[in-house]
Amino acid sequence: MLEADGLSVRFGGVQALDNVSLAVAAGSITALIGPNGAGKSTLFGVVSGFLAPDAGTVRFLGADATGLAPHRLCRLGMARTFQIVQPFAAQTVRENIAVGAHLSRPSRREALVHAERIAAQLGLGAQLDKLAANLTVAGRKRLELARALATGPKLLLLDEVLAGLNPQEIAEVLPVVRAIRDSGVTVLMIEHVMQAVMNLAETVFVLNEGRLIAEGPPAQIAGDARVIEAYLGHGASERLRRAALATPVAASGDAHA
Amino acid sequence: MLDFPILFASLLNGLTQGAVYALVALGLTLIYGVLHIINFAHGALLMVALYGVFFLNARLGMDPYVALPVMVPAMFVLGYCLQRLVVGRAGHGKDENILLVTLGLAIVLENAALAAFKSDTRTIETAYTFSTVNLAGAMIAVPKVIAFFGALAVAALLLLLISRTDLGRAIRAVAKERQGARIVGIDVEHVFAVSFGIGLACLGAAACFLLPAYYVNPQVGNGFVLIAFTIVVLGGMGSFAGALAGGFIVGVIESLGGLWLGESLGQIGIFLAFIAILLFRPQGLFGASVEKSGRA
Amino acid sequence: MRELAAIGAFALAAALLPAFVSSGFALNLAIMVLYSTLLGQAWNLLAGFGGQFSFGHALFFGTGAYASAALQVHLGVNAWLALPIAIACGAAAGALVGAVSFRYGLRGSYFALVTLAFAEVFRILANSVEFTGGGVGLLLPLKESAADMQFPGKAGFLYLILALTLAGFLGSWWLKHSRFGAWLAAVRDSEESAAALGVDVFRVKLAAIALSAALMSAAGVFYVQYFHYIDPHIAYGPAVSVEALLGPIVGGLGTVFGPLLGAAVLQLLGEITRNLAGDAPGVSLVVYGVALIGMVMFLPRGIAGLIARRSS
Repeated sequence: MLEADGLSVRFGGVQALDNVSLAVAAGSITALIGPNGAGKSTLFGVVSGFLAPDAGTVRFLGADATGLAPHRLCRLGMARTFQIVQPFAAQTVRENIAVGAHLSRPSRREALVHAERIAAQLGLGAQLDKLAANLTVAGRKRLELARALATGPKLLLLDEVLAGLNPQEIAEVLPVVRAIRDSGVTVLMIEHVMQAVMNLAETVFVLNEGRLIAEGPPAQIAGDARVIEAYLGHGASERLRRAALATPVAASGDAHA
Repeated sequence: MLDFPILFASLLNGLTQGAVYALVALGLTLIYGVLHIINFAHGALLMVALYGVFFLNARLGMDPYVALPVMVPAMFVLGYCLQRLVVGRAGHGKDENILLVTLGLAIVLENAALAAFKSDTRTIETAYTFSTVNLAGAMIAVPKVIAFFGALAVAALLLLLISRTDLGRAIRAVAKERQGARIVGIDVEHVFAVSFGIGLACLGAAACFLLPAYYVNPQVGNGFVLIAFTIVVLGGMGSFAGALAGGFIVGVIESLGGLWLGESLGQIGIFLAFIAILLFRPQGLFGASVEKSGRA
Repeated sequence: MRELAAIGAFALAAALLPAFVSSGFALNLAIMVLYSTLLGQAWNLLAGFGGQFSFGHALFFGTGAYASAALQVHLGVNAWLALPIAIACGAAAGALVGAVSFRYGLRGSYFALVTLAFAEVFRILANSVEFTGGGVGLLLPLKESAADMQFPGKAGFLYLILALTLAGFLGSWWLKHSRFGAWLAAVRDSEESAAALGVDVFRVKLAAIALSAALMSAAGVFYVQYFHYIDPHIAYGPAVSVEALLGPIVGGLGTVFGPLLGAAVLQLLGEITRNLAGDAPGVSLVVYGVALIGMVMFLPRGIAGLIARRSS
């Protein structure tokens, strides 16, 4: 579905991406994780056409997509959400989603109808006539998702769609993402909420300081020393291992004795 | 027409005019650098200052240069109040709104002047209005020479203020990071108003230097607005040194352009340059900012 | 649909006006309100619906006016034939300014400034070029015949301006109910999001400015036919640019009836001011300036916004 090959991006003195290559299989939910500043959003930016890479290529659906403008990529079937949501504040939820629906529907009426359908799918049915500016954070995140979904994408890039949500809200969104994948849309998500990554993703890519340091299924990644060190610091993996050996694992009641 | 003496005189005239332009642009630069607003009323406010100098001379017989200590504080107070009471209130955080409010202000000022003073063009006459000075063969009007040095002096004062005083430090802080400045206890609204006030104070000084060799009527501000913006953008929005340099450059372009194309067509060069800069090099020639001017 | 009905009702009422009113003063007032509405509709298209605030819309007005006048005066072209040509010229000017400004990513204040600069450049050019009559301007020969778009009575001009504003109304209505309008509103509210949703931002903005310019140049053509005269200051000066933005701001940006509401209110304010303060130049403009500041400060959604709030 999506292949990035040797992507490199430099901002002034910072190498934001350093020779990153990854592949997203069709029909999968793939996660992209890493500490802050690792280059995840930069990668999204390059893949979705908002940033031009200094080196490397992007292939989408088998064809070269490097440097294509965002709107063209969208028409080819790639949609994305933004980490900092930007709803069309002055418009209603229905009108917001309709913009996405218009990608393949010239008729205003059809676009509005499709918008209602998508809203219902994502639990926004009751708020169709609300102004986007009046939604809660969770509502706006859903709206962001709904808009992108309305374009009928083959690949959906989710940029921290769970950020800012409380555990209840997160629990409500997880099945939604799964349902999206089950309906035939490939999902690539940047996420910090590990619960979601472990729960949803089949493959996880780990970025640190612009470089790809690990890839594989979630369980394997969780135990990977390099990944642990990326998040907890140099030597953390070793310290954890020694700590685990020093204190025997006790039954939960003993811990308070 | 390409005679060196004529070219030289035109160059010098361009420089003296440019100095006054620079002074006008300095105020605009400060306002943009700190408040990040484009003050469309800048030209109309210059007109107000010019009328101030005019009436001080016509009614009280005050020499325009003597009027400096009157006009500068008066314009400062006007600027402070305008920002606090009108401009600051109207923003609602949107770029376009401030634009419209300053435009509205310009409309109100220009037409109030029209209603009050009619559209007659007024000039003042002082002892030295017609005296000239001989600079290497070119005869330059004395008021223009005074304007040149006056503008430079004010610019130097402004730079000192920004780089050496506590107020200047506060202004630089607000220009760089509004929220951060608030957190460390700086009264941001006050700094905004002070910056706006200083910007208008520069206009007060500019008016004192300008009127002896120029004129005033209600529409005179219009001619200065775009020129001032051109200078600010040319010099790099927020750079004082840039505004100074830009002022001289624009003054000379205008003067030489007038020589070659006639006065009305000559101004086209400025506006075309303005468009070109906005398109191709929006950071201007110097691309610095107010917050950096502490390390001029 | 209710909006279409309202547009139709208004058009009908305006069309019937000459049957009930014969006072030249009243008809002229109606014509000026509609003319002002047209200016506002043109500006509103780009600013209210598209979010791009132009401070130099006179550029398109003047181009349309001069194109039409020059064609008639220099080449003897019939006014009705000159109309579409002038509109095409205006649209071309819009496309030019748009292509250049949007290609280089000018937005907000920078865009406003650049449009102002363009208008000034054209004003200076018009002042110096023979084709436009230089500083003296162009005077349209008096013909007083409908075939030359110079009607013997005011009623004819009323119908002409009504037809043009009707086009403006329908265009605005279309923007609220079409895909292009949805795209334009998306671009206005968040360019990045719009691009990510498949909207070709550059093309949409370009089309918007061309349409806005076309409507504005039609107003310029009307002006020349009604007043028989055009000069650089009238054509490209700040007065027209300001008049174009006042109406929509007062009446309500991005609404179908905003420009009409604003034009009517401002005209009313102007009349009241004239009655109270006499014919002193500039007084009514002071009132307009205060209205502009007041609207931005207290009623940013304009009168239409106030009505909408009340009824919801």
